[in-house]
Amino acid sequence: MIITSIPIAADVPSFSLQQLIQDQLGLQRGPVLTLVYGVTLCAAIFLPAVSLVAMFSIWWERKVAGHIQARPGPNRVGPIGLLQSLADGLKLILKEDLIPASADQFLFRLAPYLAFAPAFAVFLALPFGPSFCFEPMLNVGVFWILAMLSVEVMGVILAGWSSNNKWSIYGAMREACQMVSYEIPLGISILVAIMAAGTLNMVELGHMQSGGIHTWLIYRNPIVFLAFFVFFVASLASNKRAPFDLPESESELVAGFHTEYSGLRFSFFFFAEYAAMFVVGGIQTALFLGGWNDPFGIIGYFNHSLNATYAADPSIENAIPILLLNCVAAGVFVTKAMSIVFVQMWIRWTVPRPRIDQVLYACVKVLLPMSMLLLLLGAIWQLVVPEHAGIPWVDYNPWDFAAWVQTPGGLASLITQILLTLVGLTGFAAVNGWVVYAILTGRGHKQRLTDPSPIDEGTENLVKA
Amino acid sequence: MDAINSITNANAEAVLFYLFAGMAAVSALLLVLSRNIVRTAVCLLFTLMGVAGLYFLLHAEFIAAVQLVVYAGGTLILIIFGVMLTSKSPFSKFQPSAAEVAIALSVGTVLLGSLILALHSFPFPTAEADVQGKYPLVSLGQALLGDYLIPFEIASVLLLVVMIGAAYLAKGRRHEEENFKFHRTPASKTMREWT
Repeated sequence: MIITSIPIAADVPSFSLQQLIQDQLGLQRGPVLTLVYGVTLCAAIFLPAVSLVAMFSIWWERKVAGHIQARPGPNRVGPIGLLQSLADGLKLILKEDLIPASADQFLFRLAPYLAFAPAFAVFLALPFGPSFCFEPMLNVGVFWILAMLSVEVMGVILAGWSSNNKWSIYGAMREACQMVSYEIPLGISILVAIMAAGTLNMVELGHMQSGGIHTWLIYRNPIVFLAFFVFFVASLASNKRAPFDLPESESELVAGFHTEYSGLRFSFFFFAEYAAMFVVGGIQTALFLGGWNDPFGIIGYFNHSLNATYAADPSIENAIPILLLNCVAAGVFVTKAMSIVFVQMWIRWTVPRPRIDQVLYACVKVLLPMSMLLLLLGAIWQLVVPEHAGIPWVDYNPWDFAAWVQTPGGLASLITQILLTLVGLTGFAAVNGWVVYAILTGRGHKQRLTDPSPIDEGTENLVKA
Repeated sequence: MDAINSITNANAEAVLFYLFAGMAAVSALLLVLSRNIVRTAVCLLFTLMGVAGLYFLLHAEFIAAVQLVVYAGGTLILIIFGVMLTSKSPFSKFQPSAAEVAIALSVGTVLLGSLILALHSFPFPTAEADVQGKYPLVSLGQALLGDYLIPFEIASVLLLVVMIGAAYLAKGRRHEEENFKFHRTPASKTMREWT
């Protein structure tokens, strides 16, 4: 096999993008430069990226909703309606900024920012590529993201409370109890994956999964595989996405916590929701689905060899390939995260909304015991089936199965990972095949219960009317 | 460029320290002076964030994140939730009596004085500890589940007792209310009836 003949990289240093840029521009690393770098990155990349992601997701959501409900969705502004979000944003900016007379003025103004800022701060720890993470040394990356997601609720609660409107307060109360309860299965299901990985650093998590699809954490052991689905359901609820969108259930609470908001302030809540959707997709990508890595481990392999070359000779010729590799990696990461976002949309337009007590029942009596059980089983699994520890391409060659089997505990971990990968791939292919089948045959189905009678254009009928 | 590079680590850290400390102190003052309950909760949020920022400056990232998750994300939301459930008017305000103010002032003064005394007498290490880039998380976890296992477990048992107690109290009250029937029908059963 050719793959097994690839030499394994020795323990090489990994360079972050900011280090690379500073080295190439001949700047001395210091606190001020880091600060300048951070501010520039935020202003020039993160803020436009977050807005772009949110605007694209809003357009996409409407398009998905349209096609699921057998209608075209937005299709007037720009090609296939792509500029619809821009037009909507323009409209929202031009609208009057209304504040109810009996509202708590200060809190009413503050709430949208409190909802939006944490969703933005999360991007600090998301690993878009092996060197493409703003704070690669953040050893509590996963925990930081959890913290920011839980602070985000404050904005929603304050919005509902300060509006001084009973629908808003109902929405805020639902958000509070839903978030506080769903945070627990969310955190515990993350813990199951962290136990298998052994680190909270998002970049290290990415490196651990860089050896191809069978080294992704979701395929490490069956417990993590199940925890992924628990996390997905809990993240829907903590993001107040349908079917758990009780805080803004428009059929009973007008618009829930943002009933009184209009114009730009309303759009902040909207942006925060879509940014949070992307963030949750990003966590699932980084934690379970291999982060920035492709299914064959190519990015992981080239990352180590390129970093080794750069460490030997830090010239601009060796820096550019690392930059390019990180751009490719970021593309993979965003694609994976957006696929999760697509599934969230798909579920929103398919599943009906339960009552609030059913939502809490699903958390406290179903998800919570399930995640506890998974935590226990995950710990037992770690004891019984020894993991194949180490970083792919650095400590071992992930495609050299013969060498893998000879390591202690190698056979059991290899069989588990290959079997789970096959299960996962089968499921993925089945769902995709189903979707393709639906697209191909859907046109032939009758789309309305009763077809409308043809319009009679005869002149004698006009006279009668 | 030399001017920028000449600004040392210590200077930048001092600036950030005063930023976070000022944020914590100002919002703590507003917390004490405000009478609107929800506004005090918001001030508390900013105080906690300022303190979390200080923890980050000290490279205690875990404590900072715990501060945000437990206090800002958990306790504070429960406080506001309690206020929403219990308050009768939309913007309920604190109406402390003169005696309460006097007690609070005296307790606060004693606490402040003892803290200042303690801070002055404690021998803080002056040398800069090199903690950046190490993994205090791993050693923290090993300490909690190794050397300090018994205190850790006792704390969790205490929390469990509190939880059972709260559930018992809530359940006892629920039995008195006969109207609260829908809690006894499992959601799945109701869903089955719908479909």
